[in-house]
This record gives sequence, structure tokens and C-alpha cells, in this order.
Amino acid sequence: MSEHIDSIRTYTGVWLVLLALTAGTTAVAYVDLGPFSVVIALVIAFTKMLLVALFFMHIRYSSKLTRLVVVGGLLWLGILLSLTMADVATRHW
Amino acid sequence: MASETHVETLALREQFDTAEQQKDASTLGMWVFLITEVMFFGGLFLLYTVYRHLYPMVFAVASSSLNAVIGAVNTAVLLCSSYTMVLAVRAAQLGQRKAIVIFLILTLILGFAFLGVKAYEWNVKFEEHHVPGASFHFEGMAPELQRNAQLFFSLYFAMTGLHALHMVIGVGILSVLIFQAYKGKFTAEYMTPVDVAGLYWHFVDIIWIFLFPLLYLIDRHLPK
Repeated sequence: MSEHIDSIRTYTGVWLVLLALTAGTTAVAYVDLGPFSVVIALVIAFTKMLLVALFFMHIRYSSKLTRLVVVGGLLWLGILLSLTMADVATRHW
Repeated sequence: MASETHVETLALREQFDTAEQQKDASTLGMWVFLITEVMFFGGLFLLYTVYRHLYPMVFAVASSSLNAVIGAVNTAVLLCSSYTMVLAVRAAQLGQRKAIVIFLILTLILGFAFLGVKAYEWNVKFEEHHVPGASFHFEGMAPELQRNAQLFFSLYFAMTGLHALHMVIGVGILSVLIFQAYKGKFTAEYMTPVDVAGLYWHFVDIIWIFLFPLLYLIDRHLPK
């Protein structure tokens, strides 16, 4: 099998960054950033998701077909959220 | 009659040409399932987005009644369990039977720790009458906004509840894997169940990565 086996060092590094980002997102929530609070929170969550997917879930080494399925799935979630909010946010109730 | 005999093993079943093809098929199958799960949780995330958009202040106040420190610690517990899970997968790739069992048991323990903390948090919410229903009451919130606060807690319990259900299923999967790994079922040639269970476990972790800031950390800076 043509498997890529990452070193324990790599996994440990990713794990420590994930813990640091958790502490960071908690701390920054107490700072008044106005409407950017939620933006920062989501950017950090997205970064953590990418780290887990790329390293722990081996997307870095996975086949193109698997990557296509993942990106396609997220695209549909994006459509679900963006089109619904395009309606809700522009309504005069 | 063909003279070659196809020896079917776990590492290479009859319908596949190569072991790599078999592995790719399993991985892809798990990812397709996980994408259906993304859409499953996606409906709840959509509801959350709509109602947070409609009632931003109520969501901020209701969110602040959750304990952010406990939430952050539990997030760390779950991230540690993902770390031990990926080490279990690595041990399986290298065919280290003993290491697989040890790391899976560590993952299981951390999974139980997460669920234990979650149970404690829910219990606090019950005691505070923050569970949606007839006895719901949120201190200091205007009577006409009580129903909007109930929306937040309905979403809180639905989303963390569905997540916890996935954790319970994950704990069951881990228990079976530990037993099988102990029996020596997994080798460097055949470790697909460990690999695929790892994908599931990390996915559940990712869901929590989003639930934590969205439920616990809304506008914490506001004076309450």
C-alpha cells in the first residue's frame, strides 16, 4: 500500500496548534470587536477544521475523488446557508 | 477453468483488483456518509443562523449563561481524543498491535470524559430552568423575550444532544475496535476499520469545533 505515515512530531504539532486556537478563540470572545467577533470566531473554527481534515483525516494524501466529494459537500452546505440567508436577511417581515 | 485461485482475505476481497483500490473504496464510502452527516447537522446550523440573525441580543445574553471555561476545557478534551485517535490509526498503519489498543483505550476514556462534562452542564441547565418547556425561566429577561431565549436553548439542546448521540455511537465503535485490535485482527496490511472509525471520530470533533464558539462565545464582552 502506498500509504503516507506522518511522524508523531507532525501530529503533536497540529494538536498543540489546535489547543492554542481553542484558547485563542475563548480569549478573543471577551474583547469588543463589534461585528467582527463572529467573523474571528468562524475564521478560527475554519482553520481548526482545515487542520483536522488535512492532517488527522489525511485529506493531504487522499485521492482526487475523495477531495471532490468533500469540497462538493461543503459547497452544498454553502448553498443551503447562503440562499436561505439571502431570503431571510432581505425580508421586511 | 482458470488455474489461478483467488485467495480472498480481509486485505483483498474478491471484488477488488488491488488492496489500494479496496482501501480507496472504503475511504470514499465513509466520506460520502460524512457528507450526509454534514447536511444533517447543516439543517440545525441553518436554523441557528436564521434565529441568531433575528434575535442577536437575546442569543448573546442566553449564550452568556453557559460556562465558557467548561466549554473550552471540554473542547480541549475532545481535541486530545482526536490526537490519541490519530496515533491509534498511525499505530495500525505500522501494525503495532499493543499501541493500537492503548491509544484506542485513551480515546475511549477521553470520549467518556467529554460526555461526563456534557452531562454535568446539562444538569446545571435543568437546575437553572433553562430547559425549554413549561418551567422555562431566564432570569432578568423581559417576558416577551422569554420565548426567544427558549429558541436559543432549544437549539443548544438539539445541537449538543445530536452531537452527544454521535459521541455515544463513537464510544460503541471504539469499544468494538479495542476488542478486535486486542484479538490481533488489524495488521499493517489490513487496518481499514481503524482508519474509517478515525474519520468518523474526527468528523464529530469538527462539529464540536463549530458548536463551541457558536453556542458558548457569542458577544462575551457585552456587559450583562
